[in-house]
Amino acid sequence: MLNAMQSKNRTINLFYVPALVLFAFFVVYPFVKGIYLSMTNWNGYSRSFKIIGLANYKNLFADKNVRRAFVNTLIYGAGSTVIQNLLGILLAVLLNQKFRGRGFVRTVIYLPVMIAPLIMGYIMYFFFNYSRGALNDILKLLSLAPVDWLADGNRSVWILTLVNSLQFVGISMVIYLAGLQNIPGVYYEAADIDGITPSKKFLFITLPLLMPAITSSVTLNLIGGLKLYDVIIALTGGGPGYDTNSLSTLIYRYYFGGERAGYASAIGLVMFVFIMIVSNIVVRGLQKRQVEL
Amino acid sequence: MRKANTVLRTIAIIAILAVFLAPFWILTTISFKPSTDTSSYWLLSSTPTLNNIKAAIEKAGIFGAIGRTALITVCVVVLEVIVSAFAAYPLARRSTRFNKVVQAFILGIMMVPPLSILVSLYSIIVSIHGVNQYWAVILVLLTYQLPQGIFLYANFIRSIPVALDEAATIDGCGPGRTFFLVIMPQLKPVTATVAILSSVNCWNDFQFSRYILQTSRMNTVTLSISSFFSQTYIDLSTATACALIAILPVVICFLVLQKYFIQGMIDSSVK
Repeated sequence: MLNAMQSKNRTINLFYVPALVLFAFFVVYPFVKGIYLSMTNWNGYSRSFKIIGLANYKNLFADKNVRRAFVNTLIYGAGSTVIQNLLGILLAVLLNQKFRGRGFVRTVIYLPVMIAPLIMGYIMYFFFNYSRGALNDILKLLSLAPVDWLADGNRSVWILTLVNSLQFVGISMVIYLAGLQNIPGVYYEAADIDGITPSKKFLFITLPLLMPAITSSVTLNLIGGLKLYDVIIALTGGGPGYDTNSLSTLIYRYYFGGERAGYASAIGLVMFVFIMIVSNIVVRGLQKRQVEL
Repeated sequence: MRKANTVLRTIAIIAILAVFLAPFWILTTISFKPSTDTSSYWLLSSTPTLNNIKAAIEKAGIFGAIGRTALITVCVVVLEVIVSAFAAYPLARRSTRFNKVVQAFILGIMMVPPLSILVSLYSIIVSIHGVNQYWAVILVLLTYQLPQGIFLYANFIRSIPVALDEAATIDGCGPGRTFFLVIMPQLKPVTATVAILSSVNCWNDFQFSRYILQTSRMNTVTLSISSFFSQTYIDLSTATACALIAILPVVICFLVLQKYFIQGMIDSSVK
């Protein structure tokens, strides 16, 4: 019997094989090869290249495009997380009330989640465009001067953050709705008996009991925001100049546009480490605050 | 007081609907506007036309792109269901140290921005002659979808009583037969979730397809649309009509299967 169990233990591991082969070949191998390439001056296609040690890493910390992309990536990640979660909780609380058409409103808010971020980016072009943009049409209607929304890099970074947040706020809303529905009504009844005000109820009952939902939602938003790519390509292409690049789009640009594969590889690895650290700190921090129901 | 609340709520709801429907509205007005019509994007054209839609189908070949995207999506989803259900089985049923390492590794992959290893991944794809090959994009998409699938399946299998496995073992089933005869038949609901989530991801993928499928005759939906918006031989109205046609299948699927989409989203987010 013991022998049978042991052999069962081993045969069951065969089920891993297809997945682990794929991971090994398309995740681990590229990762290791990336470490090697990041120490070379490879241009992306040539057969000959030199090992140049840590020079790429030294250069990237002095590269103002990298620094800019680094800051932007943080804004895309943190900004989207904050906006999506605040708005997500608000929408969830609003749409947890009973009223006619509630289902329809939820559907409409979730609908953009289905659309390719790339396509959303192109649609947004028709909003933020200077000469014919839909937003400037509203400004003109109010007899205000039109704004060249995407001409300024700093503003564009926030516009991209906002577009990303609004497109995916439906995810946070749905997670929070599920969270709200899991909170037992007795807590609120008890609070009513004690005469607690609605804002205190929210602060001391709803919010703490939503911690698991907050953890999930923050994790998803943060990872999504830090990976931001498609919508940037569609709406600003990383421009004006290099002002709105995230690390993802910058790597693409240096690799395919700049023929600096070794260098792009080094940026990729730094980005990898950076995102792993940020996500882990945030997720661990949040998990500690969860309360048991 | 109550009435004031209701009024406020109604105003908020109208504002929300306006913001979230505006992109779809603009997409529609432009798609049916003649390219010579310079009226505001907010307004439907006074002389609506089907020319953009026609150009999207005939000149831009959007249906071809939809077909190719559907092919890639179906392949990825089918493979993902099989491979991730397989991998989830030992993960859910055995808590050895090796399994814990695998679990941490899989969660780690979910966080990795794939573009951080773009250079080496692309060079590997070049060296295995995967550029402009459907199998390459399918395998890469599959790999990066797997963690989510494995995660969902593992959670689900954990909820199936181990007693069933043990009964099968006593009856002389090895792990293989236990999986196929006992576990697999119960996986239908979670399979729907996995399939739905990963088909949306594949349908909307841009970052992988962009560098693996470089020739325009293999363009997927997102690739065609990005090329239409950046090239001059097709005007913006046609590109917009393409976008409208391209999102229709997703929107319709979502409206019909909404319940599953949202449940899937919730299942995948609870860690």
